Amino acid sequence: MGSMAAEITIHLVKTFPGRAPIRAQIRYPVEGATVLILFGPSGSGKTTILRSVAGLEWPEQGTIRFVSRLWLDTASGVRVPPQGRHIGYMSQDYALFPTYTVAGNIAYGLSHLHSAERKKRVDEVMELFQLRGLEQAKPRELSGGQQQRVALARAVAPRPLLLLLDEPLSALDAPTRLHLRDELRTLLKQLALPSIVVTHDWAEALTLGDVMAVISAGEVLQVGAPIDVFSRPQNADVARVVGVETVVKGRVVEATGGMVRVSVNGTTLMALEAESIGPDVFACIRAEDVVLEQGRASGSSARNHLTGTVQAVTILGALARVTLDCGFPLVAMVTRSTAEEFKLAAGVVVTAAIKAGAVHLISRQGD
Amino acid sequence: MNWIAIWVTFKLAALTALILLIVGLPIAYWVSFSRRRWKFLVESVVALPLVLPPTVLGFYILVAIGPHSPLGRFYNDLVGHPLPFTFEGLLLASVLYSLPFAVQPFAAAFEQVDRQLIEASWTLGVSKLGTFFKLIVPLSKAGLLTGAVLSFAHTLGEFGVVLMVGGNLEGETRTVSIDIYDEVQALNYAGAAKTAFFLLVVSYAVLLFVYAVNRNVWAAWPRK
Repeated sequence: MGSMAAEITIHLVKTFPGRAPIRAQIRYPVEGATVLILFGPSGSGKTTILRSVAGLEWPEQGTIRFVSRLWLDTASGVRVPPQGRHIGYMSQDYALFPTYTVAGNIAYGLSHLHSAERKKRVDEVMELFQLRGLEQAKPRELSGGQQQRVALARAVAPRPLLLLLDEPLSALDAPTRLHLRDELRTLLKQLALPSIVVTHDWAEALTLGDVMAVISAGEVLQVGAPIDVFSRPQNADVARVVGVETVVKGRVVEATGGMVRVSVNGTTLMALEAESIGPDVFACIRAEDVVLEQGRASGSSARNHLTGTVQAVTILGALARVTLDCGFPLVAMVTRSTAEEFKLAAGVVVTAAIKAGAVHLISRQGD
Repeated sequence: MNWIAIWVTFKLAALTALILLIVGLPIAYWVSFSRRRWKFLVESVVALPLVLPPTVLGFYILVAIGPHSPLGRFYNDLVGHPLPFTFEGLLLASVLYSLPFAVQPFAAAFEQVDRQLIEASWTLGVSKLGTFFKLIVPLSKAGLLTGAVLSFAHTLGEFGVVLMVGGNLEGETRTVSIDIYDEVQALNYAGAAKTAFFLLVVSYAVLLFVYAVNRNVWAAWPRK
């Protein structure tokens, strides 16, 4: 493995009565622990794509190839069932087997091993997922976070080639979700196996993903590194789906009185202090949260007043999308009448005002 | 009381329930999980004994296993005697007659099993058959028990089919219900009353058991 040019190819067509058909084409290289994010609103078809890769859904037409393995090719009649794909799959609500204990759930997919080897593997996985002491517990006795770990442990135990996670954090309450997001990232990297993760949460996409495919109405709109997709959406459709248009790398320089100073390429941004944030962060700002004022920034205030030069203005119906250079690229969405009143055009200097609460910080791996 | 008739009846009911437990499972699995459009045809055929008069069902079975049918001739050549009016013939008829009492609870239980659990099992590399025995059967225990017990109880009380296919041979095909009928015909009401009461008590006990299991009245038991 390793240096081999390994690739995942997903190409499928599936129609549903009374819904937009899915016509998806994704192709990207995998190495070690590449995490692909399938990102889109509910009903966009991302789960159907994941289930087709798992072999739980059969597209009318298509090809699915994982490295050198052909899993689906409708043209030549290849249809490998889920049992033959060696994947780990985790559904949204974990689907733990209620009649089995935690150890029984994890051992479920290991019946091909001798009992001594099986026990060894179960122990190993229990250790890795910090489930020691819960061997004999039944799934209904576990907390949401524990259930998620058991489901992941069960999927990983048979050493799959590819891990498929459908909204891995959505069944958890908000505080647990925040905590487990970073933990999941660490685990995915530790497992050193490629995975595909379905989510509609942009913070999850940024934290977990190496590659991201934006899906809307059954079509793949853009594939790229999450930060690029968020900060440079290819077109208005992508921008609408991802919702956040400014994503920049920053470093926390100071945290006092519930506020955080973040340095972004020399410019300072103020944000509200968030829990468990490392020094390296993504600063994310929605275009609608940026207010433009005429002229240079004057005076200082707790919130952010940034002087910037207009790079481009795109009219989108009643709205205008304005790209600024404030030491980093910043996207603002204003009404068309404001754009006309301010005579916004490339080269014009304006002030961008952003409330501290509108700057979302998400921790990232250091450079 | 006619203990020979009681023995024949219980043997018949137990074997019927056992055979239905084996034959009913694949039929119920297919009914629950198949996506064929003509599934309703099979479902209706399975349910037919619920609405058909036992004499009608008995008549067709009698014709189907008689010496003039291919099945009857095949059995005769194989075993050396015809199938009608034997215990084996009666058993076959009982299985068909009680089919819906087993298949419907089985299928209902299978349909209760979360599809996501089944899919999780498949993605863990476990075959469809393996998934059935490792996952679906343990999750459907109550339904399987209900089906087996109901077909047992239903066979205890059958009359028309027995009369048509089994006849009334002491120790071979004379069941309790036939015995009661004979006693009444002979104006031996005391004998009929004893046997009838016995059958009532047994049937009630069996149904008590089924409903109690499904209502989960023993939930305080450790359900490991």
